[in-house]
Amino acid sequence: MKILTCPLNGPRPVSEFFYWGEVRPMPNPAAASDDEWADYVFNRNGAPGVKREWWCHTPSNTWFIAERDTEKDVVLKTYFYTGEE
Amino acid sequence: MPWRLLRFALNKKHPEPRMFTYHEKLKSSYDVVIIGAGGHGLAAAYYLARDHGITNVCVLEKGYIGGGNTGRNTTIIRSNYLTPEGVKFYDESVKLWQDLSTDFDLNLFYANRGHFTLAHTDSALRTMRWRAEVNKHYGVNSEVVGPEVVKEAAPMIDLSCAGHSPILGALYHAPGSVARHDAVAWGYGRGADQRGVEIHQQTEVLGIDVQGGKVKGVKTSRGYIATNKVLCAVAGSTPRILKMVDVKTPLYIHPLQAMVSEPVKPWLDPILVSGSLHVYISQSARGELVMGASLDPYELHGTRSTLDFVEGLSTHMLEMFPFLSNVKVMRQWAGMADMTPDFAPIMGMTPVEGFYLDSGWGTWGFKATPVCGKTMSHTVVNDAPHPLITGFSLDRFRNFALTGEKGAASVGH
Repeated sequence: MKILTCPLNGPRPVSEFFYWGEVRPMPNPAAASDDEWADYVFNRNGAPGVKREWWCHTPSNTWFIAERDTEKDVVLKTYFYTGEE
Repeated sequence: MPWRLLRFALNKKHPEPRMFTYHEKLKSSYDVVIIGAGGHGLAAAYYLARDHGITNVCVLEKGYIGGGNTGRNTTIIRSNYLTPEGVKFYDESVKLWQDLSTDFDLNLFYANRGHFTLAHTDSALRTMRWRAEVNKHYGVNSEVVGPEVVKEAAPMIDLSCAGHSPILGALYHAPGSVARHDAVAWGYGRGADQRGVEIHQQTEVLGIDVQGGKVKGVKTSRGYIATNKVLCAVAGSTPRILKMVDVKTPLYIHPLQAMVSEPVKPWLDPILVSGSLHVYISQSARGELVMGASLDPYELHGTRSTLDFVEGLSTHMLEMFPFLSNVKVMRQWAGMADMTPDFAPIMGMTPVEGFYLDSGWGTWGFKATPVCGKTMSHTVVNDAPHPLITGFSLDRFRNFALTGEKGAASVGH
C-alpha cells in the first residue's frame, strides 16, 4: 500500500496519513468492571485479517475508516464513520 | 588437491558433520513442545536439556532455523535499560553472552564495541543521566559523556548533524556488543540437538488442543502430538498462536525494517544510536554498515520492505555521516515486531495451564536470547515464573501495573 484513498481528498500518498488502530466499541466506563475496562484499554486483536481501522488524512485532519487486510496490506475500501453500529 | 583428501571425502565412514539431526517423523508425545526455532525457542530447549535434564522435547518451526527475527535483527547487545526490572534482566543476559562461544564451541563473533545513545536535546540528555544513574545503581557500566568523546570514538561524525540537531552528549555503555545472529540460533540448536532435543523444521502448528483449561496436545502440519506443556516463542506470529488458545493480550504487530550497505573498510568501531534522528548504525565484521530505523507506522503481518524506509533512513544517516553519500545500499528487509504498550516483554504463565509465553519482544529481543532461554526453561520446569521475569507477566495489564520500559529500542519511542 503506497496510495490510500481519503473519502474527502481522493487518492493520496500513504505518508500523509496517520494510523489509529482498529475500530473497537468502548464499554460504558461507569458500568464496566475493572477486568472489562482493562481488556478494553490494553488488549488488542493482534491476529492478521481484514480489519476496520481508524485513519486520518493529516493535512486536512479528515478522520475516516479503512477496511484493510493486515496480512496482504491491501485496502478494500475507505469511508466516513456513520455513528454507532 | 592431495588424493588422500579426496578418498577421505568420499569415504562413507566420515560423513560431513551436520549441525542438526534430521528426524523423519514426529513422536506421538513429548514432555515439552516449543513452537518457534528461533534464538529464544532453541535457547529454551538448550537450557531445558542442559540445566534441567529434560530432553524429550521437540521444537517446531514453520520455516527454517533462525529465519524469523533472529536472522533479521541488527545484532546489538546491551543492558543500559531504564527500569530496575529491565536492567537486572538484560544485565544477566549480557553476562551469559560473554561465555556463549565457549559454551557452544562455536565462534559467535561476539565483539565488544561500546554503545553510544546520542542526545540532541536537553530533555534527551536528562533521560540519559537518569538511565546512567539507574544503570550504575545496578552495577551496569553506563555514563553520560560529552560530544568530544563521541567525536573521538567516531571521527567521521558531523556533530552538528547538518546543523539542525547538534549532538549535546551521549549515554555511553561500554559493554555494548554485536554478535553473529544466525550463529546464535545454530549454536543453541546444535547444543540442544546433541542433548537429544528434536528440531522439526517445515512443521507448522495448526492448532492447540486445550481441554478444561489445560494443554493436551498440538496439531501440526505433520500430525498430532500429545503434550502437557507448550512454550510459544514465535515473535511476530504470536497473535496467530494465541488465537488458537483463546488468550487475549495487548500484542500488536508492526514491521521493523533494516538495511546494510556494501562492505567498506573499517571506520566505525562503536555502535551509534540516535533517538531523535530515528537511526542506529554499526559496522559488521564484513565491513557492511548495518542500519535500522523506527517501526513502520501501521499494523502489518508481512515482511515487505519499502523505498520510503530507505529514503528516510538514508536522509538521517547522511546528516550524521555526510561522507557516506556515495556508499550503496546492498540489502533491505523487515521483521514482524510483536509490540507491547509498555515496551516490556510478556513472559511466563498464561490463563491456560501448560501454555507458556515468551513474547512481546518487539524490537529488542535478540539481546535477551540467552536469558530468555534460561528463565523460560526454569518457568516451564517449575510451573512458576523465574524471579527475573515476574515484572513481565501477562497479569500486569489486568492489574494496571505496567513496567514502562522506555529504554527499549532507543529509537522511535
